[in-house]
Amino acid sequence: MTEPKIPLWEVFIRSRNGLAHKHVGSLHASDATLALQAARDLYTRRGEGLSIWVVPSHAITASDPADKGMMFEPAASKIYRHPTFYDVPDEVGHM
Amino acid sequence: MYTQALNAGAVGAGQPPGEDAALLARFQERVDADQRIEPNDAMPEAYRRTLIRQISQHAHSEIIGMQPEGNWLTRAPSLRRKAALLAKVQDECGHGLYLYAAAETLGIAREELVDQLLTGKAKYSSIFNYPTLSWADIGAIGWLVDGAAIMNQIPLCRCSYGPYARAMIRVCKEESFHQRQGFEIMLTLARGTSAQKAMAQDALDRWWWPCLMMFGPPDAASQHSDTSTRWKIKRFSNDELRRKFVDATVPQAHFLGLTLPDPDLRFDADSGHWEFGAIDWDELRRVIAGDGPCNADRIAARRCAHEDGAWVREAALAFAAKRQAKQAA
Repeated sequence: MTEPKIPLWEVFIRSRNGLAHKHVGSLHASDATLALQAARDLYTRRGEGLSIWVVPSHAITASDPADKGMMFEPAASKIYRHPTFYDVPDEVGHM
Repeated sequence: MYTQALNAGAVGAGQPPGEDAALLARFQERVDADQRIEPNDAMPEAYRRTLIRQISQHAHSEIIGMQPEGNWLTRAPSLRRKAALLAKVQDECGHGLYLYAAAETLGIAREELVDQLLTGKAKYSSIFNYPTLSWADIGAIGWLVDGAAIMNQIPLCRCSYGPYARAMIRVCKEESFHQRQGFEIMLTLARGTSAQKAMAQDALDRWWWPCLMMFGPPDAASQHSDTSTRWKIKRFSNDELRRKFVDATVPQAHFLGLTLPDPDLRFDADSGHWEFGAIDWDELRRVIAGDGPCNADRIAARRCAHEDGAWVREAALAFAAKRQAKQAA
């Protein structure tokens, strides 16, 4: 059992016109062409998609869940980035 | 994210022995708060091991499960039945692949999982070690085996481990066609000639008890349930799911005009449940231990398929390497 390993790919599918591609899962394939065909067979058997992206899994850099605090805290403390931070008198109407 | 863990061997092996209690407590808090656990989150080593075992067994079952039904693909009685069965067998393969991918996020390589199946180290569902002797068995499998699988799988859509839960949502969506096509086959036979009806009854007689065994040993004897429940991998006990299945299925059998092969079966008006007779747990033990009617055939067929496919995997990798070298030059 010393066969070389077959690379892993992440699969993204655009389900409808106007929507973004969304991660649906992963699969193994030796190259991009076969990955695309396998993704078609595996993830779009019932018309789930209009477009497929396959990306080598090793090409993805992910944030570490352990760094969550440090990474995202600055966003949480800046409430002035949200429209509700600002007072606009009712008489002005919808803004 | 699905990347780092893959093809990298056992990621959790480096965790400190005796795992610190703080990690365990924090983890349990997250599970209790119904938070989903994702691949790179901290998790107890036993949680990881339990999930790898369960998800890979589940995947192996889907893959081996293609065989009993594949047996009738070339002999389906009409093009309509053949097309449906082909689509169903293809779905089972797909389910196996979604599940392997979910197991891989826990830090085990696909090759290792396949190897565990082929060497007999890993188990798969006992039900697939029974033979499909007539076309009616295809009906019985869809109706009963897939029906039992759905009972098991629906609660897994809320399992604490994100990738497993997401795979199960996909699987469950596809599985309901399987059960309906099986029931339709049974209904057609049950409404057919007396020979056809006898065929349907014979299939039910042979598949009923093995289907009840699919839910696993009784709660009193199950080794894995307690921790799995605490970690929200399992949300109902084996006996609870078995009872749900019996309650749902008995009226369907009556609708078909078939008789369940259980003289002790009776409706208990007080509890509102169907009470069924004693299950032969020795049979389940024997089949799981490798002594079922088809265990050897199933593994031999899988090994053969794997070995016969070796040159294709080799050629595809060689082609990819050659193309890459050409592009680099």
